[in-house]
Amino acid sequence: MRAPSGRDIAAGEALLAVENVSLAFGGVKAISDVSFDIRRGEIRAIIGPNGAGKTSLLNVINGFYQPQRGRITFKGRPRSAMRPYEAALGGIARTFQNVALFKGMTALDNIMAGRALKMRRGFFWQLLWIGPALAEEIEQRRRVEEIIDFLKIQHVRKIQVGKLPYGLQKRVELGRALAMEPDLLLLDEPMAGMNLEEKEDMSRFILDVNAYYGTTIALIEHDMGVVMDLSDRVLVLDHGVKIADGVPAEVQSNQAVIDAYLGLSH
Amino acid sequence: MRDNNLPANGGKGLAARGTGRGEGRIAVATEAVCADTFPKLLMRNARLFAGRPAYRHKDLGIWQVWTWAQVLDEVRAFSVGLQELGLARNDKVAIIGSNRPRLYWAMCAAQALGGVPVPIYADSVAEEMAYILDHAEVTIAVVEDQEQVDKLLSIVERLPRLVLIVYDEPRGLRDYDHQRLKWIDDVQKVGRDRLSAGAGRLQRWEAAVAAGRGEDLAVMLYTSGTTGRPKGVMLTFDNLIVSAINGNRFDSLGPDEEVVAYLPLAWVGDHVFSYAQPFTAGFCVNCPESPETVSEDRREIGTTYAFAPPRIYENLITLTMVRMEDAGRFKRHMFHYFLAVARRWGEKILNREKVPLHARLLYWFGERLMYGPLKNRLGVSRIRLAYTAGEAIGPEIFRFWRALGVNLKQLYGQTEASVYITAQPDGEIYADTVGRPNIGVDIKIDDNGEVLFKSPGVFAGYYKDPEKTAETKTPDGWVHTGDAGLIDTKSGHLKIIDRAKDVGRLNDGSLLAPKYIENKLKFYPNIREAVVYGDKRDFVCAMLNIDLTAVGNWAERNNIVYGSYQELAGHPQVYDMLAEHVEEVNRSLADEGMAGAQIRRFLVLHKELDADDGEITRTQKVRRAFVAQRYAPLIAALYGGAREADISTEVTFEDGRKGMLSARVKIRDVQTMPVPTMEKAA
Repeated sequence: MRAPSGRDIAAGEALLAVENVSLAFGGVKAISDVSFDIRRGEIRAIIGPNGAGKTSLLNVINGFYQPQRGRITFKGRPRSAMRPYEAALGGIARTFQNVALFKGMTALDNIMAGRALKMRRGFFWQLLWIGPALAEEIEQRRRVEEIIDFLKIQHVRKIQVGKLPYGLQKRVELGRALAMEPDLLLLDEPMAGMNLEEKEDMSRFILDVNAYYGTTIALIEHDMGVVMDLSDRVLVLDHGVKIADGVPAEVQSNQAVIDAYLGLSH
Repeated sequence: MRDNNLPANGGKGLAARGTGRGEGRIAVATEAVCADTFPKLLMRNARLFAGRPAYRHKDLGIWQVWTWAQVLDEVRAFSVGLQELGLARNDKVAIIGSNRPRLYWAMCAAQALGGVPVPIYADSVAEEMAYILDHAEVTIAVVEDQEQVDKLLSIVERLPRLVLIVYDEPRGLRDYDHQRLKWIDDVQKVGRDRLSAGAGRLQRWEAAVAAGRGEDLAVMLYTSGTTGRPKGVMLTFDNLIVSAINGNRFDSLGPDEEVVAYLPLAWVGDHVFSYAQPFTAGFCVNCPESPETVSEDRREIGTTYAFAPPRIYENLITLTMVRMEDAGRFKRHMFHYFLAVARRWGEKILNREKVPLHARLLYWFGERLMYGPLKNRLGVSRIRLAYTAGEAIGPEIFRFWRALGVNLKQLYGQTEASVYITAQPDGEIYADTVGRPNIGVDIKIDDNGEVLFKSPGVFAGYYKDPEKTAETKTPDGWVHTGDAGLIDTKSGHLKIIDRAKDVGRLNDGSLLAPKYIENKLKFYPNIREAVVYGDKRDFVCAMLNIDLTAVGNWAERNNIVYGSYQELAGHPQVYDMLAEHVEEVNRSLADEGMAGAQIRRFLVLHKELDADDGEITRTQKVRRAFVAQRYAPLIAALYGGAREADISTEVTFEDGRKGMLSARVKIRDVQTMPVPTMEKAA
């Protein structure tokens, strides 16, 4: 069930605009002259066959790669070259194609780690862990507990994430990204390797995050059913080139897309 | 009153335990006479146990506590709010969700106004709910969260009577159309506003509570039933309150007990153990954080009184055994050594029998080194009393718990009896009986072996079904249980053999009690479910379900590769292992003089029997006839002598969609012990 807020998106302002971005690794062109925008409050899918440049595009958005050409505007301000750390401070959080959690830490600690940027007290205060540092920790913990409740992972709170099944690890990773209270959440194949039930759970969580926290979401996903159900707009890449951009129904009937991706098995 | 001196329970409500146990109970006994409905009991408890914890709920990782006085305040506000929104006397209120304080309070809030709560299994699919909601003529539904709201909204068109849905957890529901949808907080706010506006609103509510009578309808519980549509069992306040008080007396339950509520709200067991008994005895109900955290929450609370179907006890043992297989050699050795000590002496010590000193010493060491830590892990360190009911429990499982020093007892009950029919008194514990009649209960055995009972808890009738009521309840108040049983001559206890209609005979005349054999099979950790056939046939056959935890673990240790449940279930080595189990069962059947009912052939099903497919009931009982019909090709192959058979069945996924599942299932012959000719003659 989509939140009605989805319908206002057509008129919404652009949270992030990518203009004529190109990225190459030596002679390999990963992204060629791609332009698109992500509007505040929407769920934006990026799809395309393997090697289409989807993950590279996410990496450009969160500052991991520097494009050779093009302009990126985030929250209305043109963005210069930046590092992922700065992107995170600016309000961009992400999850990874391969789960990238701290495997030896508990689910709770992993999500607490996501609050690191929200902590005001310095290293020595935290070391002392009294007075304001303790009060801050309690406040942060409450926020984290809300996320744990939101994602229904109470039962694994104190379990090392390395021991958890894959679907739950993915959920913890989403929790860690949420803990940053991001303006823009990037999800790289949030449902890869999941079974039907886990996919349904994850879909519901993504919709809930969007509706409840109002977070703007950009996701890469291979499961077409999921993409078409979840997203407000879909961007299609093929060999680093944008071949279509629009609402799911448009994209689904676009001949170029069918040829490049949907119609052909790979 | 002494109880008032107790701390008012901040975050650490666990510390609040009274010492005035005896006093409390006397007061409870005398006051219960005039408090003949749950809302009246709530008002009594708010006076008597004002500052003592009544409900706890773990939220955001912290146990939140409500005292009896606070619960009264919450229920009153909720109740007045519901009244303002149109709840009238005799209106039916559906309660759907997991064990959360506010859903229990919803029951009381409805009862205060003469409304009748109708708890419904939360994992029912929308279709099942639609039937009950329609049949019970429900006007208001109080549900847990968005999941349940979505289910109801999908069928609301067909339910013209349903005018209001109230939800507990607001997440995801903000943007829904709130015309017929309300958050509990908002309902309570309406109630609080009215109450604080004065104008005698409080007195009017209290008058409504006072107008309730013990003979009024208190609750309707739909039994899942092994056949046909669910029936609405109507129970009055007298049924529940008298039964609960008698139950409290039978086991000396007082206001100091701690229980964890985790069983389905719609089950009579939960209704009595997590609602009627706490209200009458004044003890505290602890609601888990989520259904997945029950065992952890139980550990934190340290329950003193527990109630569970055998499956729960079985699962805990399976889990323990599986984990021990992965433990280091030293630990494993110690575990098995002390387990043997416990098996030999533990039960005798628990029963206060005479035991030699060295055994006591060994057991003492065992308690320090193994039983204690294990019980702590399982969350039963403080347990005083645990009941198993709902189905027969495997004797080995039963003895395992008692050997560890857990006072596990058997109870026999039914929805139609407000639970209690028989139970085992302390010190009279036998693995194969269900005990003596509870206080106020009479039982008798019919000519055909069926057990009948008569008690204060006997239900008022099935809702809108006088025919079925007359079939079950005789005019002079005896109720047919549908179970075949006998009175054990040695102990004087009741023994249940099987469902009366399930006891059958093979073509050669040998007696067949299918459940008895199934339970023997299910004792093996590798076998999750077993269905046995043989009535009016030449020999006995069985269909088995593997237990994925146990067999999966075994496969891992033996380097057996499998890609799916289906593949593992059909693996030849799994078949070999299960064949051994079946042969052992045959041997024990032959030893017990039931050689004629030995299993000749069996197969392992390619899918788990599932309540969503209607193969087992929501309370995990196998629907044998339905399974036989559904897997008819397999039954035919079992009796036809084929080596394998193809089967294709429709399955229902968790989201309600359906799909087809096909498989080729192999069939195994097993060795049987020779049937003594003498036995045949008998």
